[in-house]
Amino acid sequence: MEDTEKTFETRELTISMGPQHPATHGVLRLVLNLDGETVVKCTPYVGYLHRGIEKLGENRTYFSALPLSDRLDYISSMNNNVGYVNAVEKLFGIDVPERAKYIRTIVAEMGRLSSHIIWLGTHVLDIGATTPFLLSMAQRERLLDLFEMLCGARLTVSYPRVGGVRNDISQEFLDRLYEFVLEFPGHMDEYETLVTQNRIWLERTVGVGVISAEEAVNWGLTGGTLRGSGIDYDVRKYAPYDAYDKVEFDVPIGKKGDCYDRYLVRVGEMRQANRIIKQCIEKLPAGPVMADAPKFTLPPKDMVLKDMEHLIHQFILITKGPTVPEGEVYVATEVPKGELGFYFISDGTGKPYRMRVRAPSFVHASVLPRLCEGGLIADVIANIGTIDIVLGECDR
Amino acid sequence: MEPLEIAEKIKLRFPDEVLDVREFRGQVSVTVRKAKILEMCRFLHDDPELSFDYPVDLCGVDYSGKKTVRFEVVYHLFSIKHRHAIRLKAEVQGDNPAIDSVMPVWVGMNWHEREAYDMYGIVFNGHPDLRRILLPEDWDGFPLRKDYPVKGPEKEWSGFQEVLDKSRKFREFEWQE
Repeated sequence: MEDTEKTFETRELTISMGPQHPATHGVLRLVLNLDGETVVKCTPYVGYLHRGIEKLGENRTYFSALPLSDRLDYISSMNNNVGYVNAVEKLFGIDVPERAKYIRTIVAEMGRLSSHIIWLGTHVLDIGATTPFLLSMAQRERLLDLFEMLCGARLTVSYPRVGGVRNDISQEFLDRLYEFVLEFPGHMDEYETLVTQNRIWLERTVGVGVISAEEAVNWGLTGGTLRGSGIDYDVRKYAPYDAYDKVEFDVPIGKKGDCYDRYLVRVGEMRQANRIIKQCIEKLPAGPVMADAPKFTLPPKDMVLKDMEHLIHQFILITKGPTVPEGEVYVATEVPKGELGFYFISDGTGKPYRMRVRAPSFVHASVLPRLCEGGLIADVIANIGTIDIVLGECDR
Repeated sequence: MEPLEIAEKIKLRFPDEVLDVREFRGQVSVTVRKAKILEMCRFLHDDPELSFDYPVDLCGVDYSGKKTVRFEVVYHLFSIKHRHAIRLKAEVQGDNPAIDSVMPVWVGMNWHEREAYDMYGIVFNGHPDLRRILLPEDWDGFPLRKDYPVKGPEKEWSGFQEVLDKSRKFREFEWQE
């Protein structure tokens, strides 16, 4: 026995995890230095999905850059659209009608639900439970069907417009959504029964990837990842946009800042999202869905086909873009992943001089070494799941 | 604090550094010289009245042809404690652009600084790991500079040919019966 131990050689092992790995949620590559099962050093490599969205945005008008924002976080494209149009509206200085605000809040919360469902399913699947994934994806399917009913697209929706939304919502849509909203808390109970008190789940997440409140703030974390550490910071509360100041909702907050607390925060957020949708449907006011600001918004399509002036107007807006006041704005919105910010510098022409996307996933991916180093290699999987990143948004 | 008050406070503390204060749509940007940026950020972070503990964003801007100083590094800062925000803009000249890293104050600026280096070629002095982040290590040029063509450079990236060759090679693979 002693002889065999003498012939053993121990050394650090370097392995490359990803970019093609089912648990990295996209094309994220981690280079891990391992000492046995302990992670000594973790180096993330991103950029495999870089498409130059910021550069493209500088070369398109404010209207035609909207579909680019779909391609950021492609599993909750509705929220990116809402963030984009809010930033552009702030730059233009236009006000959106009440009904459009409520509709945007509804669709944004639907986007949040569909994104969190994916997060819940895949995070739990990575750690070993298959059933919640299958159950939750069925509910996401219902939401995507509703998106299709609303605007014809399921994933890359481009439904909100600068100044409002593309089209009004139908009563049939509202009825089906209301039915979903009434049923959904039951489904949430179902997932929570399977996961929240599950002993394997507790073993794998409690005390894993702990980050203190102070450190989380210094790292610039946002969304559920920040709130899991006990910081009460939600853009929807401190700087309400759309109709968030007219609905009641709570912001769930964790205590210890481990994977389990972040799980509880996001699950709480799903329940709150459901609550917001319910209130919005009940309060939905009547009225137009596009702002009355002809210099900054596209004219209605039926008028363009009938009327010469509207046609000219549309032509000018599409080819040259609107005349925008000079200045710069940074507008943040709360997307499922965290704080998505758009920073525009306008030089007075129809195209932004600089379009900057502050992507939450980019910041969250950068904190991975901090969470993983010193832990076990199995916990790397839990950590990737818990920060909830989408590489399309990270790489832009 | 109101954003304009914050700007006043910065001006009081660093009278020679602040070049311009501008307000647009309720947001205030303070343009500063780059020399004392680290000291200024430390002041913003540590001062109990300001306490900008939260790094929102950092990005570069290329003003070639528009302004005399070509680059600007834009810092978006926020205070979780007091819920106020400010935008700092540090001017960086066009030849061999360099500025001090603010990583000693906020660790969260790490990847943002790497991205600004990647996209604009601005060097952040004192950054512990300044490498390209979104583009490959051997990429030529800085894509977000205004003189970089949207379609990309005429010469393909060297790694691209390698990928093409490899895919061609694998296509010729003969499956054994």
